[in-house]
Amino acid sequence: MSEITTGKANLEIFGETLLEEGKKNSNLIVVTSDSRGSGKIVPFGKELPDQIIEVGIAEQNLVGVCSGLAAGGKIVFGVSPASFLTARSLEQIKNDVAYSDQPVTLVGISAGISYGQLGSTHHSLHDYAVLRTINNLTIVSPADNFEASEVIRRAVSFNKPLYIRYGKKPMINLHKKGSNFEIGKASIICEGNDITIIGTGETVQRAFLASRILKEDGVNAEVISMHTIKPFDEDALIKSIKKTNCLISVEEHSIYGGLGECCASLISQAGYNTKFKILGIPDEYMINGSQADVLDHYDMSPEKISDISKSLLNQ
Amino acid sequence: MAKNTDYLEKKSLEYRKTVLEIIYNSGAGHTGGSLSCVDILNVLYNNFLEITPKNFATKNRNRYIQSKGHSVEALYTVLCDQGFFSREELNTLNNFNSHFIGHPTKKVPGIEHNTGALGHGLSVAVGLAIAQKLNKENFKIYTLLGDGELSEGSVWEACSTAHKYKLDNLVVIVDRNKLQITGKTEDVNPIEPLNEKFLSFGFNVKEIDGNNIEELISALEEVPFKTNIPNVIIANTVKGSGVSFIENQISWHHKVPSKEEFEKANLELESQLKSYE
Repeated sequence: MSEITTGKANLEIFGETLLEEGKKNSNLIVVTSDSRGSGKIVPFGKELPDQIIEVGIAEQNLVGVCSGLAAGGKIVFGVSPASFLTARSLEQIKNDVAYSDQPVTLVGISAGISYGQLGSTHHSLHDYAVLRTINNLTIVSPADNFEASEVIRRAVSFNKPLYIRYGKKPMINLHKKGSNFEIGKASIICEGNDITIIGTGETVQRAFLASRILKEDGVNAEVISMHTIKPFDEDALIKSIKKTNCLISVEEHSIYGGLGECCASLISQAGYNTKFKILGIPDEYMINGSQADVLDHYDMSPEKISDISKSLLNQ
Repeated sequence: MAKNTDYLEKKSLEYRKTVLEIIYNSGAGHTGGSLSCVDILNVLYNNFLEITPKNFATKNRNRYIQSKGHSVEALYTVLCDQGFFSREELNTLNNFNSHFIGHPTKKVPGIEHNTGALGHGLSVAVGLAIAQKLNKENFKIYTLLGDGELSEGSVWEACSTAHKYKLDNLVVIVDRNKLQITGKTEDVNPIEPLNEKFLSFGFNVKEIDGNNIEELISALEEVPFKTNIPNVIIANTVKGSGVSFIENQISWHHKVPSKEEFEKANLELESQLKSYE
């Protein structure tokens, strides 16, 4: 098996890429809500002070201001913790960005359980679910440094409402050199014929590590990074389950309304009777812990994913 | 070219007739609030905005965001008169599959931003005003807020940003008709002392009679009131202004006139129009 290398946190890559793009284009404006430290955009603020707007801790206003800047011809990135951005400002996202069709990129930082022990106030385990129901909004959750960087480069000229979700832990490099990235097209991290393990964002590396454990036991898992939650790459999923007829979804999100239920809806409507297990955060009072502890607790450690894979295959 | 007071006063009466007619014919609309702000829209579109069907697609021009989106019948009426669409198109108001619905959308020519949920327009206007400043352009961004809308906390978030970025190109107009759907604003959730509130948020404030054409022209001509300071005009208006039995009646927030009420209102407006002949 090839050697595993670990990159930076996707948020670091986001900050670096945004700075590169901002230097190339003075029309690119970043709006923050006292969140430049968490968002890794302190260097952007220092090097391009005329391209950053600070609204303070006022997320609703942040989204409205982003919309106005876009209407005024700017390329706009609104950067704020995913938990607040997608709950407190939901109406602004719905009306001022999506419904008004303003080409704003909203960047949800420290998403999922990235804030760990800070508790549920700071977690975003609802964002896929609520944002999927909003028309005219694309949702992307990059898995590794490559996807984290590529999505920002695409976002600059995307010209449509876009939400991108970033975690803050260093990520394993999942893509080989020369890989392609396209919003709306899933990335196949490794091919296999026995079982499909699909993840999005920071859970893809757990799926990948599970596939390596399975490999040692002679099980060939196909790992998919479904970085774009909406529009969902139906063809990629169907193509994979046609081979494997066995599927596990892994997400740092509520089991309701996220990646797993996307897959469930798709495969049942397409008429497949695939063996299937959704892994995510169940509907219960959240346990406290670090991101890693919590994901492990809810059966999303690589070891547990591989165990569940084997059980599913034996059903 | 700037229009004179007589011309605009007559226009306001004609606009009021159209507002009532489209609400009556379509069977829905915000009668009271549309009538209270129609003079503001009249003066803005005829004398100040210089927004036309010809220049609407361009970025560098004045902008108008109607944050109190529910008074859309007044906006449709004025935009129709400015040539953005025909009266036949306007007559599709509230029909199935018509873009002319109960709140503004960009699907209707001349409308800048989709509004309807309150407390949104000022932040968008602030973003537009910052964009103009960054572009080193001198165009102004106008936005109309309802007074009941001022209970939304997001309005005051936006005020802080307007102050911070010294947006003297931002003109906030409050349609201060003192009523909202449940009752008097001061009973529902008091917003006074409004003047002092805006002052303390770093605005320059001008308070006028918002149904008086001369006062509206005079206040808008003075913008910016001071360099580097955002502007607010508190336009004291009468909800339902121009029709005696609709004025200051809470029940007329979104009441649709009956046939008799519609005819009676028309007679009142026709008789006022005669004085301009």
